[in-house]
Amino acid sequence: MLNSCKLKIAGLQAWYDSRQVLKGFGMEIRANKITAVIGPSGCGKSTFIRCLNRMHEIVPGARVSGSVLLDEQDIYRANPVEIRRRIGMVFQAPNVFPAMSVFENIAAGLSLNGLRNKQKLREVVEKSLAQVGLLEEIGSFIHLPATGLSSGQLQRVCIARALAVQPEVILMDEPCSALDPIASFHIEELLSELKQQYTIVIVTHNMQQAARISDYTVFLSQGDLIEYGSTPTVFINPRDRRTESYITGRSA
Amino acid sequence: MKILENHRLIWSRLMVGFCGLSTLLISGLLLLVLGYITLHGLPGANLNFFTRLPAPVGMEGGGLAQAVAGSFILIGLACLIGIPWGIGAGIFLSEVGKDSWWGEGVRFAVDVLSGVPSIITGIFVYSILVVKLQSFSALAGGVALGIIMVPLVARNTEGILQLVPQGLREAALALGLPFWKVILKIILPTAARGIGIGVTLAVAGVAGETAPLFFTSLSNNYWSLGLLEPIASLPMEIFRYATAPFAAWHELAWTGALVLITIVVSGMLLARILLPGYNFRR
Ligand SMILES: Nc1ncnc2c1ncn2[C@@H]1O[C@H](COP(=O)(O)OP(=O)(O)O)[C@@H](O)[C@H]1O
Ligand SMILES: [Mg+2]
Repeated sequence: MLNSCKLKIAGLQAWYDSRQVLKGFGMEIRANKITAVIGPSGCGKSTFIRCLNRMHEIVPGARVSGSVLLDEQDIYRANPVEIRRRIGMVFQAPNVFPAMSVFENIAAGLSLNGLRNKQKLREVVEKSLAQVGLLEEIGSFIHLPATGLSSGQLQRVCIARALAVQPEVILMDEPCSALDPIASFHIEELLSELKQQYTIVIVTHNMQQAARISDYTVFLSQGDLIEYGSTPTVFINPRDRRTESYITGRSA
Repeated sequence: MKILENHRLIWSRLMVGFCGLSTLLISGLLLLVLGYITLHGLPGANLNFFTRLPAPVGMEGGGLAQAVAGSFILIGLACLIGIPWGIGAGIFLSEVGKDSWWGEGVRFAVDVLSGVPSIITGIFVYSILVVKLQSFSALAGGVALGIIMVPLVARNTEGILQLVPQGLREAALALGLPFWKVILKIILPTAARGIGIGVTLAVAGVAGETAPLFFTSLSNNYWSLGLLEPIASLPMEIFRYATAPFAAWHELAWTGALVLITIVVSGMLLARILLPGYNFRR
C-alpha cells in the first residue's frame, strides 16, 4: 500500500461563470503524504482544492468538469455532503462557529449529523483536541465560547473540528497565513503527525513551509499544472523554468 | 497648505458639532415624548386600569382591561403569522434565492408589500375574512397585523443573515452537513440576536396600528377573548377615548398610550437582554 494513490484527478477544469480558472490537468495525490500546492496568487490554488471536495460548486455560477476519484469512486457521481465528510477542509481564517462552545464546535460535524451519544461525542472531542495538542491547553474552557482563544488556538480548534468527523483526506487552504510564526510552527508539527492517519493537501504561499513539511509539491500557474513531483526534486531540481523562477522568487 | 489645514479643521469641527446636535435633538425628542406620555398617563395607571372594563360616562374607576388583553392577543396572533413567514422569507432571500430570478421576484413582492399602506391591508383582510365570517374578529385583526409584519421581518432577517460571514457557511458545509442544517443550526443561531431585535421592531410597528383594525377586529366594550369575535385593542381605545369630550376618558387614553409604549419598549429591552450576540470578526 506504500505510496498508493488516494485522489486521482483527470482533466480537471473549473469556471466562475464564463471565466475558466482551471485549464484541465490531472494528477495523483498519494495516500498518507502531505502534498503542497504552490503558485502565484490568483493562479487557482484555492479553486483547485475546492474542486477536490465539491466546495467549488457552492459558489453561484461556478462549474467543474473532469473527474476526481477518491480511491475508486468518482466524487462527482456521489452525494456531495457525504464526500465532504470523507474529505474535510480547513480554511485560511479560523472560522469557529460563534454561537457554539469549543466542545460544540468540535462535535458539530457529528452531533448535527445525528450522533446523540454524549459519551461517544466526548470521546471524539477529547481525542480530536489531543490530536491538535489543545486538550491540556484548553482544559476547562472547553464548554465556553471560543472567543477568548488566540488565533493559533482557534485554527487548531478548526482542525480538530475537521478531524472529528474522521475524514480520510484533509484539504487546507493557507491554514497558517493568519497566524504568527510560533502558531504556524505548531501547526506544521501537527501536520507531520497527522499524515500517519490522513492524506493532506495544503495550499501555501510560504516556500519554506512547503519545503519543510511536504512530501510532494504541485506548482500551478495561470490555471495549469506546471510541475508535480517529490518536494526535494521540485525545489532542488525543477524541470520547468517557471517553477524555478517562482521558487527562487525571480517572478511572481 | 496652512489655509487648507485650517479649512479641514473647521469643517471637521462643524460636522462633529452637527452630529452632536442631531444626537442631542433625537434623544431630547424621545425623552420629551416619553416624559409627556408618562406625565399624563401615570396617574391613571392603577389596578383598575388593568382589571376593570370601561365605566359609563360620569362614573369613576373604569379601566381598559379588555383592551390590554386584546392587544396582547392581537400582537400574539400577528407574531404567529408574521414571525415564521417573515423569517422564512428572509432566509429564502438571503440563502436560497439570492441571485435567482425567483429571489428577485420575492424581493420585489416583499418591497411592494412593505409599501402597501396598512389601511389597504385592513380592507383586504376585511374582504376576505370579515365578509366571509360575517363578523369582525380578533382573527381578522391578527391576520392583518401579521401581514403587515411579514415584510418588516423578512427584510430585516435578510439583512442580518447577510452580515454572517460566508466563511461560516463554507466551514459548516465542509463538515459534510446538509445545507438546511447549516442554515438552521449554525447560521440562524449566529444571527439570532439581530433577527430577534428586528422582530421586536416589527412588533413595535404593528402594535400601534389603528387603521387596519377599524376593518378587522373593530373593538369591544366587554371582556372577550374569543378569536372569532370583535376584540378591543389599546390603539383603538386610545383613539376613541382621546377624541371623546370627557376629561376622565382622556386620562384613560393617556394611560393606554403609556401601557402600549411600555409593552413595546419592554419587548425591545427583553430581546436585547435575553438574546446573545456574537461579533464575527473577519
Ligand atoms: N468566487 C469567485 N468568483 C469569481 N471569480 C473568482 C472567485 N474566486 C476566485 N476567482 C478568480 O479565480 C482565479 C483563481 O482564484 P483562486 O483559486 O482563489 O486563486 P489562488 O487561491 O491561487 O490565489 C482568480 O483570478 C480569482 O480572481
Ligand atoms: Mg487562495
